[in-house]
Amino acid sequence: MIRTTKFAMGLAAGVVTLLVAGCGGGTPIGGNGDAASAVYVAPGDYDEFYFFTSGGFSGQLGVYGLPSGRLLKQVPIFSQWAENGWGYTEETKAMLETSYGFVPWGDSHHPELSQTDGVIDGRWLFINENNTPRIARIDLTTFETAEIIEIPNSAGNHASPFVTQNTEYTVAATRFSVPTPQADVPIDSYKENFSGMLSFVKVADNGRMNIAFQILVPGYNYDLSHSGKGPSHGWSFFTSYNSEQANTLLEVNASQNDKDYIAAVNWMRAEECVANGQGERWASNYVHNYFNDQHIAVSDMENGTTVITPATCSDMVYYLPTPKSPHGVDVDPSGLLIAAGGKLAAVIPVHSFTKMITAIENEDFIGEVEGIPILRYESIIAGEVQNPGLGPLHTEFDGKGYAYTSAFISSEIVKWSLETFEVVDRIPAYYSIGHLSIPGGDTREPWGKWVIALNKVTKDRYLPTGPELAHSAQLIDISGDKMRLLLDFPTVGEPHYAQALPASLIKDKQVQIYPIEDNHHPRATKREADARVEREGRNVRVYMTTIRTHFVPDNIEGIQVGDSVFFHVTNLEQDWDVPHGFAITGANTSELLLMPGETRTLVWVPKRIGVYPFYCTDFCSALHQEMQGYARVSPRGSSVPISFNTP
Amino acid sequence: MLRSSRVLIATASILLGLVFVFPLWRIELQAPQYPEGLGLLIKISDITGVKKHDLQNINGLNHYIGMKSIEPDSIPELKFMPVFVAVMIAAGLLVAATGNRVLLYLWVGVFLIGSVAGLVDFWLWSYDYGHNLDPTAAIKVPGMTYQPPLIGSKQLLNFVATSWPGLGGLAAMVSVGTGSVVAVREWRRARRGPEATG
Repeated sequence: MIRTTKFAMGLAAGVVTLLVAGCGGGTPIGGNGDAASAVYVAPGDYDEFYFFTSGGFSGQLGVYGLPSGRLLKQVPIFSQWAENGWGYTEETKAMLETSYGFVPWGDSHHPELSQTDGVIDGRWLFINENNTPRIARIDLTTFETAEIIEIPNSAGNHASPFVTQNTEYTVAATRFSVPTPQADVPIDSYKENFSGMLSFVKVADNGRMNIAFQILVPGYNYDLSHSGKGPSHGWSFFTSYNSEQANTLLEVNASQNDKDYIAAVNWMRAEECVANGQGERWASNYVHNYFNDQHIAVSDMENGTTVITPATCSDMVYYLPTPKSPHGVDVDPSGLLIAAGGKLAAVIPVHSFTKMITAIENEDFIGEVEGIPILRYESIIAGEVQNPGLGPLHTEFDGKGYAYTSAFISSEIVKWSLETFEVVDRIPAYYSIGHLSIPGGDTREPWGKWVIALNKVTKDRYLPTGPELAHSAQLIDISGDKMRLLLDFPTVGEPHYAQALPASLIKDKQVQIYPIEDNHHPRATKREADARVEREGRNVRVYMTTIRTHFVPDNIEGIQVGDSVFFHVTNLEQDWDVPHGFAITGANTSELLLMPGETRTLVWVPKRIGVYPFYCTDFCSALHQEMQGYARVSPRGSSVPISFNTP
Repeated sequence: MLRSSRVLIATASILLGLVFVFPLWRIELQAPQYPEGLGLLIKISDITGVKKHDLQNINGLNHYIGMKSIEPDSIPELKFMPVFVAVMIAAGLLVAATGNRVLLYLWVGVFLIGSVAGLVDFWLWSYDYGHNLDPTAAIKVPGMTYQPPLIGSKQLLNFVATSWPGLGGLAAMVSVGTGSVVAVREWRRARRGPEATG
């Protein structure tokens, strides 16, 4: 057995060496050994960085350690998550409310860490939902979703939730232009009736979001965004494609123009116009969900947004012509260069912020669309990167004078110089890279140790798992002149984008327990002596406690078929890493998973008479298997009285 | 009494005041599941956890082996000890002020008896907690008892219990030690004759 294993390992090492040698272009034998030590985090040691990947069609957020690539957690956000009751429990259901009602699934795209002075500060992480436009805010002391705000007058919230330099705003924009406000019109009246919207969501000091203003723009597809920093602070940039304004077969019809546009938005100017009353108040209903001070999610129906247009607020929006159907728009650490990922373009155009301002001052325009001046391409371009690979999508920066652009079609990362605009290195990605991520790579101060490729296709990279395969992330060392592949690891859902921060920023701020004295849930049970069962008509309320290793009460009688039984369960533990779970036979909902000091509610509607067990679902102690109880269900109208036991 | 003796007794009395600030004893517990450790601080008028919820969590774990819950409010020593120590401080200062040798012997005697009695009481208390186990406990290991050591380390099932004096306890020891040395010196001087006394 041992000999076989050794043989197999030897063979595997040989194969890996061959692959690395084959792909890396002459990596010396044993070079992969260096890679192994570069990503090895010994048992019990911590990773140096937290790495946050969007869950894509999972609707959630993946949290990994770097450099090991170990999965630490999935944070449920836009999709129900039966594992811990997110979106199922009475206390969390409201987080998935929208103006369309309860939406159990979402498509999460771009994690964005909050910034102060253009540097990641570790306060929050924002992430957008593309399908039913929303932005969520994750609290980085609990790794829980704290707030979700719906974006009205928008569709396909893709260019989101990129923040301004001090997290004054997080933005949202329309990827799928629609009649705005919505209207029953023929689809082929696109050119007359469809619009886009660029929304600026104000972030308060405590993190609370509200929609400050929305800018109505021509009906293109607004794809990605980044805000200016340093000298360009006060501006936000949005790529757009489909300037052809096609409403069918976009793969052809939206790919005809040589250039589409980056919308450069002077949001400080927009603030002025709003302050001057140049905005128009629209009756826009949208839902705003957050946890109240009882740690219960509530939904507010908000009404009304302020909409401004470039025609009524001059000097606010300019179009930068950009080849061709651009995806990423990425501002370098100096704040002076704006790289665009023209995904069908033969070059990477890099605009100059300084030249842009000069062109605006000189009114060096070649035209105008709906009050938006179009700047002359030749007047604003700082350089074009030649031979950047096929399908350049997204660029980040290492803070050492280089940019790294992903190329989807040629499946590679190209490294180019911000001085010469020449490609200096390239490395394959396995396969079909979408975005890439350098820790802090879209801020003023990147930690330029690694670039992480976020790949759509994995084919033969891992053991096959039927038709559906994992997407992947690849960790690439960029500390030297040549990029070097260190590790690749499968990810959850689809990592559209990812951001990383040094663990030291948030590691010691982690909440370990919720103090029971701060539990203000109106149906909390803070002492076993207060546990009880009460009938209120057809509702039965069970005020239950958990602590190692029992429920109080654990014998309940007097429930009748068809009652709604509310199990309000409070975990009395005040010890780190001692959650308890709660589940009961036949409940048409998820379990509860209760962190220490937390109260959560499961509603059970028993359908049949009998005696049904309930039990703890999270292995909590040596006597976890004994942590159980029984609920007796009698026929409708039975004379069995409510009864329960307490210690 | 020599002037230096009186100064030493006054110092010892004031030093004793530290027991109101620092714990007398510490018991620290380590287990595979508790790499961060759990701990108890035995203070002059209270028993608390080293961390906020340690006492609650230790009580929670102890119920598996049938140990009684540690409830500081129901331990009479915690009400008596502060009074005793306060009286000893006042009395020590009185000894220093008067320079009365008989009072000194009396003070040191009571202090020594009190200290020994305190340690014995602490040992008996921990003996009771460690041996007097609920017969319905979930985990019963034949022959196993759970008294932590007075000083040193001991393996108690998955926990290593380590016990040692706290700063307050050390201050009390130095205080009673100083008192004893001064008393012996004064007693020797008195025996050598009245001419040597001051």
